[in-house]
Amino acid sequence: MSMKSSSRKVDGVTVLDLSGRITLGEGSVVLRDLIRDLTASGNKKILLNLGDVTYIDSSGIGELVSAYTSVKNQGGDLKLLNLTKKVHDLLQITKLYTVFDVRDDETTAIGAFGATK
Amino acid sequence: MREAVKFGNILRFMTANRVTYTLDSTLDSVNKAEETAEKMAVETGFDEDESQRIAMAVREGAVNAVLHGNAYDPQKKMTVSYEKGLGKLAIIITDQGKGLDLKLVPNPLEPENLLKNSGRGIFLMQAFMDEVIVRNLDPGTEITMVKHVSDPAAAAQEEKK
Repeated sequence: MSMKSSSRKVDGVTVLDLSGRITLGEGSVVLRDLIRDLTASGNKKILLNLGDVTYIDSSGIGELVSAYTSVKNQGGDLKLLNLTKKVHDLLQITKLYTVFDVRDDETTAIGAFGATK
Repeated sequence: MREAVKFGNILRFMTANRVTYTLDSTLDSVNKAEETAEKMAVETGFDEDESQRIAMAVREGAVNAVLHGNAYDPQKKMTVSYEKGLGKLAIIITDQGKGLDLKLVPNPLEPENLLKNSGRGIFLMQAFMDEVIVRNLDPGTEITMVKHVSDPAAAAQEEKK
């Protein structure tokens, strides 16, 4: 299954609900375009809800990193929400778990944007 | 005795414990290599989590072959061989690209590389498999990955099926 996404705005934060696979040729390009479009239209507080993401490969990890640095470089912030065990483990072994701000509660995550920005 | 089966643009060779697919340099081939790996891993006796990690390692190897090796060149092929042994699975992936020098692959865990958006494929193969051996074919690269079943009883059970 390729990646699907939908977005909603909560207290000034854009929540991207992603599902499926973020892999080379599937979700990674979609994610790149989504982030580019959001930042271009001034949405720079982005919460990626990965609760229904079943699989991420190294290309998908690269895309998450790229999204993070791109948003940060434009003065915004990007956080991750609801990692599955598989994605959590993947971020642990690649040492990216501590790079990203990872949250497991949406309300707290939304609030944390206000605290930092 | 080898049996050659041709269907579509996939050429498959089979021996008793080894099956080899010759595949075009496409993302479809990457997906096929990954799906076959997961199926073979389950048949070898690996549990679901281990099978998915093996499949991911194979996906990374196949991406390496198709994208970095063959650069999607329609004239160049990737081969993927799966060899089931008692309590272990070996996967051998070859490409016809310009070769791979592991010494030139930066460690993705180093702080200066953490935020790079590529370069984690080999690392993930090594993380998920027991052995990863890279051999230059001149031209091309061969990556052999081996994983041993941690529960030999489960492997013996699968062998009986």
